[in-house]
Amino acid sequence: MGYMTIDGMRVEFTDEKNILSVIRKAGIDMPTLCYHSELSIYGACRMCTVEDDKGKTFASCSEQPRDGLVIYTNTPRLMRYRKIILELLLAAHNRDCTTCNKNGICKLQDLAHKMRIHYVRFRDTRPVRPLDMSSPAIVRDPNKCILCGDCVRVCADTQGINAIDFAYRGTEAIVTPAFNKKLAETNCVNCGQCRVVCPTGAISIKTNMEPVWDALADPNTIVVAQVAPAVRVALGDLLGIPKGENVMGKLVNVLHRMGFDEVYDTTYGADLTVLEEGKEFLERLSSGEKLPLFTSCCPAWVKFLETKYPELKDHLSTCRSPMQMFGAVIREYYRDPERNGGKKLVSVAIMPCTAKKEEILRPESTTNGVQDVDYVLTTAELAGMIHMTGVLFDELEMEAADVPFGIGSGAGVIFGVTGGVTEAVMRTLQPGHDRSGMTAIKTSGVRGADEVKEFTFPYNGRDIRIAVVNGLANADRLIKRIKAGEAEYDFVEVMACRRGCVMGGGQPTGAGPRTRAARMKGLYDTDVNTQIKKSNDNPMVMSLYQGLLKGKEHRLLHRNFAAAEEKSKN
Amino acid sequence: MRLENRTELTLLREQWREKRENEKIRVLICGGTGCLAGGSQKLFERMTELCAGAKNVEIEFGPEVAHIGVKKSGCHGFCEMGPLVRVEPYNYLYLKVQLADCDEIFHETVLRGRPVERLMYHTGGRIYAAQEDIPFYARQTRLVLKNCGHVDAEHIGEALAVGAYESLEKALFEMTPQAVIDTVLRSKLRGRGGAGFPTGRKWQQVAEQPETTRYVVCNGDEGDPGAFMDRSVMEGDPHRMIEGMMIAAYAVGAQEGYIYVRAEYPLAIERLRIAIRQAEELGLLGDRILGTDFSFRLHINRGAGAFVCGEGSALTASIEGKRGMPRVKPPRTVEQGLWGKPTVLNNVETFANVPMIIKNGADWYRSIGTPDSPGTKAFALTGNVKNTGLIEVPMGITLREVIFDIGGGIRGGKAFKAVQIGGPSGGCLTEAQLDAKLDFDSLKRIGAMIGSGGMVVMDEDTCMVEVARFFMSFTQRESCGKCVPCREGTKRMLEILERIVGGTAEPGDLDELLEIADVVQNTALCGLGQSAPKPVLSTIRAFREEYNEHIVNKRCPAGVCQKLLRYRIDPEKCRGCSKCARNCPVGAISGQIKSPFTIDPDKCVKCGTCRDNCAFGAIYVE
Amino acid sequence: MLDKSYYTRADEIMLDYPPEERSLIPIIQDIQEQFSYVPPELLSYVARRLDISEARAFSVASFYVNFSFSAKGKYIIKVCDGTACHVRKSAPILEALYKELGLSREKPTTDDALFTVETVSCLGACGLAHAVTVNEHVHPQMTPEKAVAMIAELRGEEHAS
Ligand SMILES: Cc1cc2nc3c(=O)[nH]c(=O)nc-3n(C[C@H](O)[C@H](O)[C@H](O)COP(=O)(O)O)c2cc1C
Ligand code: SF4
Ligand code: SF4
Ligand code: SF4
Ligand code: SF4
Ligand code: SF4
Ligand code: SF4
Ligand code: SF4
Ligand code: SF4
Ligand code: FES
Ligand code: FES
Ligand code: FES
Repeated sequence: MGYMTIDGMRVEFTDEKNILSVIRKAGIDMPTLCYHSELSIYGACRMCTVEDDKGKTFASCSEQPRDGLVIYTNTPRLMRYRKIILELLLAAHNRDCTTCNKNGICKLQDLAHKMRIHYVRFRDTRPVRPLDMSSPAIVRDPNKCILCGDCVRVCADTQGINAIDFAYRGTEAIVTPAFNKKLAETNCVNCGQCRVVCPTGAISIKTNMEPVWDALADPNTIVVAQVAPAVRVALGDLLGIPKGENVMGKLVNVLHRMGFDEVYDTTYGADLTVLEEGKEFLERLSSGEKLPLFTSCCPAWVKFLETKYPELKDHLSTCRSPMQMFGAVIREYYRDPERNGGKKLVSVAIMPCTAKKEEILRPESTTNGVQDVDYVLTTAELAGMIHMTGVLFDELEMEAADVPFGIGSGAGVIFGVTGGVTEAVMRTLQPGHDRSGMTAIKTSGVRGADEVKEFTFPYNGRDIRIAVVNGLANADRLIKRIKAGEAEYDFVEVMACRRGCVMGGGQPTGAGPRTRAARMKGLYDTDVNTQIKKSNDNPMVMSLYQGLLKGKEHRLLHRNFAAAEEKSKN
Repeated sequence: MRLENRTELTLLREQWREKRENEKIRVLICGGTGCLAGGSQKLFERMTELCAGAKNVEIEFGPEVAHIGVKKSGCHGFCEMGPLVRVEPYNYLYLKVQLADCDEIFHETVLRGRPVERLMYHTGGRIYAAQEDIPFYARQTRLVLKNCGHVDAEHIGEALAVGAYESLEKALFEMTPQAVIDTVLRSKLRGRGGAGFPTGRKWQQVAEQPETTRYVVCNGDEGDPGAFMDRSVMEGDPHRMIEGMMIAAYAVGAQEGYIYVRAEYPLAIERLRIAIRQAEELGLLGDRILGTDFSFRLHINRGAGAFVCGEGSALTASIEGKRGMPRVKPPRTVEQGLWGKPTVLNNVETFANVPMIIKNGADWYRSIGTPDSPGTKAFALTGNVKNTGLIEVPMGITLREVIFDIGGGIRGGKAFKAVQIGGPSGGCLTEAQLDAKLDFDSLKRIGAMIGSGGMVVMDEDTCMVEVARFFMSFTQRESCGKCVPCREGTKRMLEILERIVGGTAEPGDLDELLEIADVVQNTALCGLGQSAPKPVLSTIRAFREEYNEHIVNKRCPAGVCQKLLRYRIDPEKCRGCSKCARNCPVGAISGQIKSPFTIDPDKCVKCGTCRDNCAFGAIYVE
Repeated sequence: MLDKSYYTRADEIMLDYPPEERSLIPIIQDIQEQFSYVPPELLSYVARRLDISEARAFSVASFYVNFSFSAKGKYIIKVCDGTACHVRKSAPILEALYKELGLSREKPTTDDALFTVETVSCLGACGLAHAVTVNEHVHPQMTPEKAVAMIAELRGEEHAS
C-alpha cells in the first residue's frame, strides 16, 4: 500500500509486485519484451526502463513499488534508450516481417512500429541458422529469436520439461535443445506453451493448412471436421469478436462455407470419454488396482508420464482422448459406402492444442492400421484460413453442428478448462438430477484456476480422493509426492497447459489475465446454457452404444496398445 | 589432533611459536605461482638438501648450534624479480635466484650470515640488503599481505605462530555476534571487491533476516585481467582469509561457507584445500568449534571460465550448478543469495582484513587510510612500470607515489601516458590526475574506480584507442548475453572501435560510440554491462585527439595500430633489387630495376614481409 | 558410441558428489580433466543421473569456456591476453604459435592431437608478463622466439618418448 508519482500523476499501489504493474495500472502501456505475468521475472530486454527523480535508470519490471517513489516513463532520454535498444535487437534479427508467421501480431514488430524505428544502422552479422521443422507440433526459427527466455522459463518452470534452454553466451547465445539436436529428438511434449509466450515469430505452429485446403478442393474426398470445446471461446480473438465469446455457431457456418462436408462437435467425443473413463474408474476403485487413475485426454501429459515415469504408465486411463475416440467413431461411421459415397474420408480435428498434432501420429492412434484423424488444425491456423477466405466472420449467421454427432453435454464442453474432465466424471457418478447435487460438485473445489486442487468427493459411502493439476511441473511435483508416499489419491486429472485447453498451445496468443478468465467463463456459461448436463444423458451418445459401437467399444474407444507395442519392437 | 577448547589452542600456538623462534635461521623460498614458474621448487629442494637434507635440522656453524628452517612461502609480490629467496633473521632478499646460486647462499648466508650482494636489489649504485629497505617495499604498508612470503603457506602451525585464529578466538569467547558486527561497522571496512560497499552493513542485513539458514561466500573469482592480489592471499596466507570468513559466519549465524576460486588458480585451490584440511584436523572447522556452539563447514568451488561469475548473483548461480547469469535485484544477495538464503558475499581481501580489525579494534583500523576509506588496499601494479608486482598501500596515497616511488617510474626511460585502474570496469587516468588519491570516493569522482585493484601503467608507446578496444573486446567476450544492451551494445561498440583502429571509421562513428555507450551504461542489467563503456568513455574524454587522428587522418600517433601503419621505401637506401616487389603478397610494390621502388599504400595490407626481407633496410614504417 | 569405460569412469567421479544439480559443474570439471574434453554422451548421462534435463546440462556446460565438447591436444597452451600481458604485447606470441603449429582461432588443435592453443584472460601471473601456460605449468616472460623454442622442445620430448 502506498502512493507513487508516475509522470507527475499520483498513483496508488496495493499488492502489485512490481513497478511495471503500477505503471500499467496508471494507464501507460509500458513496452516490454521479456515480462510475462505468469513467469518469473527475467529482466533481460530492458525495454521497461524508467528513471527516477535523481536520474537513476532501472527496469520497472524488476523493482518493487515503494511509497513516495517518483518516476518518469517517457523522458526524451528514456525514449532514446528504448529506441536504441530496439534498434540493437532488430539488428540481430531476421526482419522478414511480410512473410513471418507473426506478422501483425508480433510484439517486436509492434514495438518497432510504436517507437517509429524506420532505420537500423547495424548489419546482422550472425550466421543464418536452419529452421527446426522436425517436430510435428511446432517450428523453431532461431533467426527470429530475441533471447527473451520466455520459452525457456515456461518449458522448464511451468512444464518441468526443459527441452530447450540457452546455450553458449554473449552474442553467441542461442536457445536450443541439448547439443543443437532437433526438437523431435528431445523430451519435448509438444504442448506449444513456448510458442504461446514467444513474443516473436521464433516459435510457431507446424501448420497443416495446405493439405486441408487440398482436401477441401478435392472432389473425391469427404472432409469432416470436429471442433474441440476450447476452440469456440478463443477463435473470436483473431476475428474481431469480444474475448471469451462462444462462436461455435459462426464457426460451423464458416467451416461449411470453406467446404467441410460435415462439422461435428468434439464435445460429443468428450461425452464418450466421460462414460468410458467413469466405467474404468469404478472398476479400478472396486478392485483397488492401479490407483490413482490418471486421466489420459491430454497427449502432452501422456507423453510426459510415459517418458519420465514409465513405471506409472499403467495408472493412465486406457481411454483415448475425446478427439481420438471421436476420430475412431467417425472413421467407423464413414466406412459404410452409403455414407462415404465412394469417397475418401479426410478427418480433420480443430483443436486448441499443438500436442494433438503429435497425438494423431502415434501408433496407438490407429484403428485397423489406419490413422484415425488425418489432420489437426489449431485455432490459430483456422483463424488464418478464415482470413484467407476473406469471409467477414462477425457478420455470419449461426449454424448448428451436423447430426448425428453435433450434440454434446455441458459436461463435455467444460473439458476445455482445468477440472472439467473431473467435474464431468463426478456428474456421471452422482446419482439423480437435483440442483443441490450439481451445486455440491461445483463447490467441491474442482473449479477455479489454481494450479493444484485437492479435494474429496463422496461416492457410495466413501470419499474419493481427487487431485486436479494443470501445468506439468505441478504434475511432476505431485507424482514425486505420490511416489514418496506423501500423498494418496484415487483420481488425478492432469492438463499440461495452465488453466487447461482454453490456454492451449494452438490458441491465439497475447491472452492476458482478462482473456484467460473470459475463456474459462465462456465454457462454463456454455454449460449453463446447455440442457443436457451429464454425458450419460446425451441421447445421441447412448444410441451410439446401442448401434455402431456395439461390441467395438474397446477397439474404438481405448488406446491401441497392440499397435504401440508393435511399433516399439521395430 | 582436535582442539577441544581455547586453552588447547593457546598451548598449540605457543608450541609453534617456540618452534619458530628456535629456528635461528629461516630460508624462505617463494612458492607463489610466479616463482614456481621460475623454478623455485628446485631451489627449495636444493636448499633442503644443502641444509642436511631435512627441515629443521640442527647444524653447527661457528660456536653456535642453530636450527634452520627451509620453507616454501607464498608470493612476496615482486614476482618479476623471482624466484625470490628471503633469509631471516637478516631479512636478505635474493632476486632471480638460480639453482647454481643455492650453494653460495648456503655457504655465505646460512652458515656465515654474510650477504650475497650480487643477488640483491640494486639501483642507482646502491645495494639493498634488507627486503624492507627496497623502495618497492619501503613505501608500502603491508597489513593484509604481511605474512605473504614470510610464512610457510602450507602449514597451519606457521600460521598459528604468527597469530592466526587469535581473532576468531577473541570473537568466539569475548564477543557477541552483534559486537563483532558493531566492530566491523565502526571500522568502516568497505568491500575490496570493487564497489566499496560497507562490509558491516552487509553483515548486519544478513543477521537481521528472518530465515536462519545462512551462508558466507568468499568471492575469489578475481576475473579482472591484470589483477592477482586475491590469488596471493589465497596462496600465501590462506588462514587469514578463512579466519575472516569464520568471523563473518559467527557474526551472522551462518553454518556453511563457500569459496569460489577461478579455475586459472590451481595453486590457490591447492593451498586452500590444504589449509581447510589442516583446520578441520584441529577442529577449527567443523562442529562445535573449540567447544563452543559455533559450527562451520567450508567448501571450495572452482570457476569454469566466466568473468561474469565474479558478479554476486552469477557467482551464487554458478555454485548452484547453473549458468553464471546475473539475475535481477531485488531480492538482493543479503536477502536471498545462495539457494535463496541470506548470504554474506565478500571478496578475499575484504575477509583478509577482518581478523586484524577484530584483534586491534575499529579505532586502530580507522587510523589507517582515509576517514571514508580506512585501511589499506592491495594493487597489482603492472604494465610499463619499472617494478611490477603486488603492492599494498594505505588508502589515500596518490597515484604518483605508487607509480613513481614504489613502481620506480616508467620502464626504459619512456614517458608516462596513462594508468588504467579497475580493469574492464575502470577508467584511464592521465598525467593531470596523477595526484589523485587512491580511495573509493576520490576515484569515483574522477570517473575511475578502485575495482579489484588492477593498475596497468601505460607509456607513450601505448595507443589509447587500442587499449579501449582491448577492454571492449574483453567485456564483449565475457558478456553473459542475457540483457540486450550489453549483449548487442558491446558488440556494436567493439565493431566501431575495430573500425577506428582498422582505419575504416567514419566521422560519425565517435558520436555513435558515445550514444551506445550511454545506453549500455544506463540500461544494462548488471555491473558488467553498466561499467563496460567506462574504459571507452574515459579514454575518449582524455584522448579525444588520438581518436580523431585515427578516424580522420587514419593515423595512429603511438604507431601501434597495424592497419594504420604506412610502409615506405626510402629512395636513398633502396638499390632497386626488386626483391620486395617479388615477395609482396598483394603486388603493392612496383618500380624499375636499379631505381628506387615504391609502395602503393592503397594496395598494401601491412604484412611487413617487404621490410623483413629488404637486404638494405630501405623499408620503414611511418 | 562411447566406450563403456567412459561411463564407468563417470560413475566413479560421481561417487564423490551428491546427486544434485549443484554437483553438475564439479563433475564436468572432473570429466574434462580426465578426458581433456566433455564427451556429449557423458554429459547427457550425468544429467540423467542428476535429474536435470539434458538441455539444462548442455546450457550450463556451454556457458563456461573451460568446457570443450571436442577433444583437445595433449599439450594445452594458454596464451595470456590479460591487460598486463596485452600491454606487453601478447598478440605476436599468439601469432607465432599459430604460425608455428598451423593453427588459428577457428582451428585450435593440431591434427596430430598434440597441441591446442587458446587464449586466456589473465593467469594471475601478471608480474611475469607475458605469461603462457602449458598444461598448468607457467612459462614466464615469453617472447615469440621463446614460444617457438618451447614448441620445439615439447616436440623433442614427444619424439624421445
Ligand atoms: C562483472 C563483475 C565481476 C566481478 N568480479 C569480482 C571478482 O572477481 N572478485 C570480487 O571480489 N568481486 C567481483 N565483483 C564484485 C562482486 O559483485 C561483489 O560486489 C563483491 O564480491 C562483494 O564483496 P565486497 O563487498 O567484499 O567487495 C564483480 C562484479 C561484477 C559486476
Ligand atoms: S518476428 Fe516479428 S519483427 Fe520479426 S520478422 Fe516476424 S513479425 Fe517481423
Ligand atoms: S510495410 Fe513496408 S516493407 Fe512491409 S510490405 Fe509494406 S512497404 Fe513493404
Ligand atoms: S512444446 Fe512444450 S515441451 Fe516442447 S519445447 Fe515447447 S514448452 Fe517445451
Ligand atoms: S524463442 Fe521466442 S520466447 Fe524463446 S527466447 Fe526466443 S524470442 Fe524468446
Ligand atoms: S492441456 Fe489441452 S491444449 Fe494443453 S496440451 Fe493438453 S490437451 Fe493440449
Ligand atoms: S550486463 Fe552483460 S553480463 Fe550483465 S546480465 Fe546483461 S548481458 Fe549479462
Ligand atoms: S628489397 Fe629493398 S632494396 Fe630491394 S627494391 Fe625493395 S626496398 Fe629496394
Ligand atoms: S607490407 Fe606487405 S603488403 Fe605492404 S607492401 Fe610490404 S609486402 Fe606488400
Ligand atoms: S520487461 Fe523489464 S526487462 Fe524486459
Ligand atoms: S610468486 Fe614469488 S614473489 Fe610473487
Ligand atoms: S595479464 Fe597475463 S597473467 Fe595477468
